[in-house]
Amino acid sequence: MADSDVVIDVIKLRKYFDVKKGFLESLTSKEQMYVHAVDDIDFQIKKGKILGMVGESGCGKTTAGRMLVRLENPTSGQILLNGDDIVKKKGAELKLFRRKVQMVFQDPYESLNPRFTVFDTVAEPLIVHGVGESYEEREDMVAKALEYAELKPASEYMPRYPHELSGGQRQRVAIARTLALRPEFIVADEPVSMLDVSIRAGIMNLMLSLKDRYKIPFMFVTHDVSVSRYMSDDIAVMYLGNIVEYGPAEEVIMNPYHPYMNALLSAVPVPDPKFKRGRTQIKGDLPNAINIPTGCPFHPRCLYAKDICREKKPEIREVKGTHKAQCHFAGELNFDILNEEPTANTAPQASAP
Amino acid sequence: MAMLEVNNLKVHYKILKGVVHGVDGVSFKLERGSTLGLVGESGCGKSTMAYAITRLLAANAEIVEGNIVFEGKVIAGSEEERALPKRKRAKYIEQTMRDIRWKEISMIFQSAMNAFNPVYKVGDQIGEAILAHEDVTKDEARKKVKRLFELVGLDVSRIDGYPHEYSGGMRQRAMIAMALACNPKLIIADEPTTALDVIMQDRVLAEIRDLQRRLGMAMIIITHDISVVAEVAEKIGVMYAGMLFEYGDIGAVFNRPSNPYSIGLMASFPSIKGEKKQLYSIPGSPPDLANPPPGCRFHPRCKYAKDICKEKMPEMIEVEPNHWSACHFALEIFNTQLAAAARRG
Repeated sequence: MADSDVVIDVIKLRKYFDVKKGFLESLTSKEQMYVHAVDDIDFQIKKGKILGMVGESGCGKTTAGRMLVRLENPTSGQILLNGDDIVKKKGAELKLFRRKVQMVFQDPYESLNPRFTVFDTVAEPLIVHGVGESYEEREDMVAKALEYAELKPASEYMPRYPHELSGGQRQRVAIARTLALRPEFIVADEPVSMLDVSIRAGIMNLMLSLKDRYKIPFMFVTHDVSVSRYMSDDIAVMYLGNIVEYGPAEEVIMNPYHPYMNALLSAVPVPDPKFKRGRTQIKGDLPNAINIPTGCPFHPRCLYAKDICREKKPEIREVKGTHKAQCHFAGELNFDILNEEPTANTAPQASAP
Repeated sequence: MAMLEVNNLKVHYKILKGVVHGVDGVSFKLERGSTLGLVGESGCGKSTMAYAITRLLAANAEIVEGNIVFEGKVIAGSEEERALPKRKRAKYIEQTMRDIRWKEISMIFQSAMNAFNPVYKVGDQIGEAILAHEDVTKDEARKKVKRLFELVGLDVSRIDGYPHEYSGGMRQRAMIAMALACNPKLIIADEPTTALDVIMQDRVLAEIRDLQRRLGMAMIIITHDISVVAEVAEKIGVMYAGMLFEYGDIGAVFNRPSNPYSIGLMASFPSIKGEKKQLYSIPGSPPDLANPPPGCRFHPRCKYAKDICKEKMPEMIEVEPNHWSACHFALEIFNTQLAAAARRG
């Protein structure tokens, strides 16, 4: 077995969704089509670490996160929580597992019940799982959870309803709800993308301090590479259901091996007007996840694609230390994306219409 | 003379509980062919600004003070308009704006997903805008739509496609094509890339920048993302609680931000470049604009707030040429920033 620090160990995890056919189609074609949401991915999350899952919409990052908390059932593969496979769990065992993992959702305006007070919301998981002997004991646990989420004084927030809270406070309540059960693992799915910029940083810092203080491992799903860099110890980059690059966050950001990650990084705007980027090194649009290209799934958009890429799907392999990439030419390509391109004056030229 | 002048504009929304001060005393000028980025958090009044300039404000909104001058013509808040009784104003706005909207000022709306009518072909919808404003035949309009498709990098063969057959990025490009249809002098882009993935955002921004440079249009780009503004704009206006807090040349404002709010905003943005920095978050949340705090609107969240900030609303102070900040201590902050910049070398 792997070392004892590993909390989550994912092995060959796969999720295919059936494509629903219309009545006529079901008569004419026999073949069942699948959406390849997650296609045999492997990763690990260690105690007190955050794994950042990044990728564009539709790449499978959210599905991967939802499988880890069993909101989706995997098609195949294993998810080990402290060495214990959770994929086959049912009934009482599954319920016990649900106590150990929690999820923070994207939109705090949708994920809180508008008719529940903050106390009801945070106490509900305690009641569901029969934690706490008495009302007083639960009240105490709720108060603690709220204080962990930096909603102080807790007694002031407990009787409030979601509509009385700002977006940032709502997300803190959602985080407090996950903390009430003292989980072993938390999945956060785009927890800051709906929040205003000035509040976003506060929620990110809260999650970082929870990680540091209580050693709770997180999986942080986001489309924003800059946010992921700030939050994560490790980053996994997904493209069409595959993890195409995986490694320590700074390494992946500073020295990407996969052409897709390179393209993604070169497209991220930088909050500095002096910095001028070159053109993004990618062509075409994202193919749909039903007809995945043969060979390397990225080859139709890759500027470096060779014959082998069209024929053979590359394995994800270690290039340098724990930094892995799923590319035949990983480590051999020279992107030079961090070199600033000297551009002339950016002022527009006035022209006669 | 500037192309667009906004003078002490105040837009209030009437709601059951009273009045929401959506935009409260904003002034700026925009020159021909230049780009202004308006940034701020949700509810700071940046979209209200856009709708005020195009006179597309909701029915419960009213321009209570100030005016907007476009190419020497008062398009909002004129004496003539104020003299009219309320029920006649809508018609008056219709008449003044008919020749300006789309021909002179056009807009790229936030959600391109919903901006097109789902039951008409995209090409026809753009053609309709041309037919409404220009004296051309249907064939000529269609030819122009084809040219526009090429201009924004859309496949011309998709001209007879319906909106649902387009991807998000394509719809956004079609929206840009529509905004360009009548060669406007000014384009107002309200969160043009917020709904897009980063690679598509990058392409659309490059497209916008490129077209603007080629065609020499002026643009106001409205967004919550300061990094987008850093890429496309030459001037930046930072809005908070309905007011302009800082305004100036992009380099000056980014290198020497002289307002506590803009400093906080910039410090709360992660970047993929340079050292990994600790992010700073501004405590509290934006005020309720139905009941704004007295004095400086930022004082309840400002760590430098003094007594004067609670009492008196700060004026815009020009801290250096082409760089203004609305803070009682703008000059002090500017000098500290200058010293810090000198230390950095």
